[in-house]
Amino acid sequence: MSNPPPPAPPSILGRGNAEGAKLVRRWFEDLDATARAGGPSAYVFVMGSFAEVLRCFDFPLVLPEINSIQTAVRHVAHEYLNEAEDYGFSPDICGYVKADVAVQLRRGEHPMGRIPKPALAVLTNACNTYVKWAEIWERMHGTRVFTLDIPGTREADHKSPPGSRSFENDRRYVEAQIKELIALCEEMTGKKFDIDRLRRNLAWSNEMNEAWARILELNRGRPSVFSALTDGTIYLGVSNAFRGSAEGAKYFRQLAEELTLKRAQGIGTVNEEKYRLVFVGVPCYPIFRRFNELFTEWGGSFVCSTYLWFASGGANRGFRFDLDHPIESFAEGSLLSVRDAMDSMFLNDRVTQEMIDEFGIDGVVYHPIKSCRTVSTGLADGRRALMERRDIPTLFMESDMMDRRVVSEAQMKNRADAFFEGLAARRLREAAAAGG
Amino acid sequence: MNVFDAWRGKPLDEALLECRELYEDASFPTVRRWREAGGKVLGHFQVYFPEELAHAAGILPVKVRGATIDAMQAESRFGSYLCSILKTSLELAISKRLELDLFVSHPICDAARNLAAVFGRNTGYPCQILYLPQNANSKHAPTYLAGEYRRLLSDIEGVRGRKVTDGDISRSIAVFNRNRALLRELYDLRRETPWLVAADEAYILVALAGVLPREEHNELLEWMLPQIRRRGGRPQDRIRVVFEGGFCEQPPLDLIRMIGQSCYLVDDDLMIGLRWITSDVSSRGDPVAALATAYLEQSSYSPVQHDLRKPKEKMLLERIRTARADAAILAAAKMCEPGLEEQVAYTRALDEHKVPYFVTEFQETMTSFDQLEIQLETFVENLLFA
Repeated sequence: MSNPPPPAPPSILGRGNAEGAKLVRRWFEDLDATARAGGPSAYVFVMGSFAEVLRCFDFPLVLPEINSIQTAVRHVAHEYLNEAEDYGFSPDICGYVKADVAVQLRRGEHPMGRIPKPALAVLTNACNTYVKWAEIWERMHGTRVFTLDIPGTREADHKSPPGSRSFENDRRYVEAQIKELIALCEEMTGKKFDIDRLRRNLAWSNEMNEAWARILELNRGRPSVFSALTDGTIYLGVSNAFRGSAEGAKYFRQLAEELTLKRAQGIGTVNEEKYRLVFVGVPCYPIFRRFNELFTEWGGSFVCSTYLWFASGGANRGFRFDLDHPIESFAEGSLLSVRDAMDSMFLNDRVTQEMIDEFGIDGVVYHPIKSCRTVSTGLADGRRALMERRDIPTLFMESDMMDRRVVSEAQMKNRADAFFEGLAARRLREAAAAGG
Repeated sequence: MNVFDAWRGKPLDEALLECRELYEDASFPTVRRWREAGGKVLGHFQVYFPEELAHAAGILPVKVRGATIDAMQAESRFGSYLCSILKTSLELAISKRLELDLFVSHPICDAARNLAAVFGRNTGYPCQILYLPQNANSKHAPTYLAGEYRRLLSDIEGVRGRKVTDGDISRSIAVFNRNRALLRELYDLRRETPWLVAADEAYILVALAGVLPREEHNELLEWMLPQIRRRGGRPQDRIRVVFEGGFCEQPPLDLIRMIGQSCYLVDDDLMIGLRWITSDVSSRGDPVAALATAYLEQSSYSPVQHDLRKPKEKMLLERIRTARADAAILAAAKMCEPGLEEQVAYTRALDEHKVPYFVTEFQETMTSFDQLEIQLETFVENLLFA
């Protein structure tokens, strides 16, 4: 019989969340300093940020999606949304966009500090709203906009494999655009591109990708060692804000260490994990903690989510860049990863089915939101298709990621309670059937 | 084979009535006839699709643009907060009012880019995405797009069961070049003599391109245009307006008619995908490369294409100027994010250039226009008697 692992030093357990929060705060402080000095910044998005290239030119990176989330979790989003609506934006468009419009109208004023203006915006087509969003900065500030187009999967079950004619056509297109982005950065900053810096940044991203894939996998075991909804969102913030950096690599190395230890010691994220759940959609940020409690109070634990896949830009694939061919490999890795992120949204039925099989799932919670049609449009049909293939309880609750006007906590609680009563009854039936 | 003969041999007004009936028939009789004769059908969702590739294979390209129907089955497959065209387009497929052999969509917006997957889960035929380049300014975009068209062509050949030659594609390009020229002629006619053709009549004539073999549509326009020119009538004291916001979901026909009764609708972006390419596609060299180049270099604009060379508000101002319009109607389909977002930029640009505008939202299935009519008439009167 092997010896039990030694007890964890107190500094390790909980370190991921504490350090993550600290890093994100420090990132906002740096942005605040940049804004106050009138310095330029590059605005990027979570599904394909190309941070590894932009860091070669020392652009401070702003992630407007994270800025907007911060207004919601700090319960001030409504002030920003109202301001953008007064400016002319419809109540029916993305709340992230509107919160950011108000930040721009307030000259960068934000609950976490001042946000610098965008000199450059780099966006993929993983979300069409990215394109419309960047057009707003183009008009407001004369921002240089670079759309880095990444073609996605053309047809379910027909993904073009690397080496195929179709894939190579896509890869060459992405590679050509990366070279064009580099040329634009050189022109804007007057700095010469240093391919060794790119190699170094890609090496850090390799560490982060590898750790991210490992961390997601750790939750296959019981009990789950982190909540894919709450803890996972902190990890995502660091993953996106510190992509391609030494701090990011160190954070994820340590996080993997912490969670591996929790796995070894059987330390779960909830006191008693009764039900293992998948979260499909985007979190309900206006009531972020409370939303999670609707499930944890019943012993439900979100062990995985499509959000951690797509909002990490497909880092869940754990792609390893070839540092001997950095640009070619960066193109291939970006194509495969962002394509994977898109699949996690558009082919959600397949992704969820995989998760059910691999993570021992008891129920699926769908959370489509008004603000994000990219994620939400296909969820009802994905759920229908999934339930045709799998006998699995599901819960479908609509609200929003930003707009508290369409978040009804009482109604959500009723739905969640009924869902768990159903899960409990099902478990009793199964036990009776097994016993009888 | 011909699939639409009802207009032939009839006086202009009766022929136009036949066209209207065909447009409003959500059972797509021309498509049905084509299929009954053994033909294959490719349905392509808004906005632009290189129809020449389907045509070259002998497949009927049909524009999937929703319908004024009740989306009873499709409604349960979508959440709230979505535009109508998604739901009614899926309803057409599920209810088999519109039967296809291949469905192709393009990621024009966050909602529509889900359509290929949703259609794929609900139909028995292949459903895919055509990735038109979203970085129109990359030097590599034309090469990429030609490769993407070749990929699509290979799938089209699979559906048709035969190879398509460059010669086939060149012949199709010639047919579509003729069609585009006729559509430009129709728009010139509207701009120059809007009293000769009502807004809804002109709209229907364009829209039928989406459900007819293009040779037949050419024949229809070649007969119609001279007839319309010979119509009597005098110009009236009406303001000239441009309608913007019909690039994807289409406003109800009665709404277009209502606008046409209050003003002269002298230009618009309705069914812009059918008129996306603004001049002849080159007949020299590789025809697929020529189509790709035309998409990027000889094309119109819409809120769902970002091109640094074509800021949308400047393009709208140019449209207004070219049409010698007095005002603009800035519409957006309900829940249409790109349309609603563009309205903000449009209103600011028009304010700056002191162009009067009327802002509204519509839904393809709306049936009551009383309030809208009063608002529009008030707007028009303000301009006329200002």
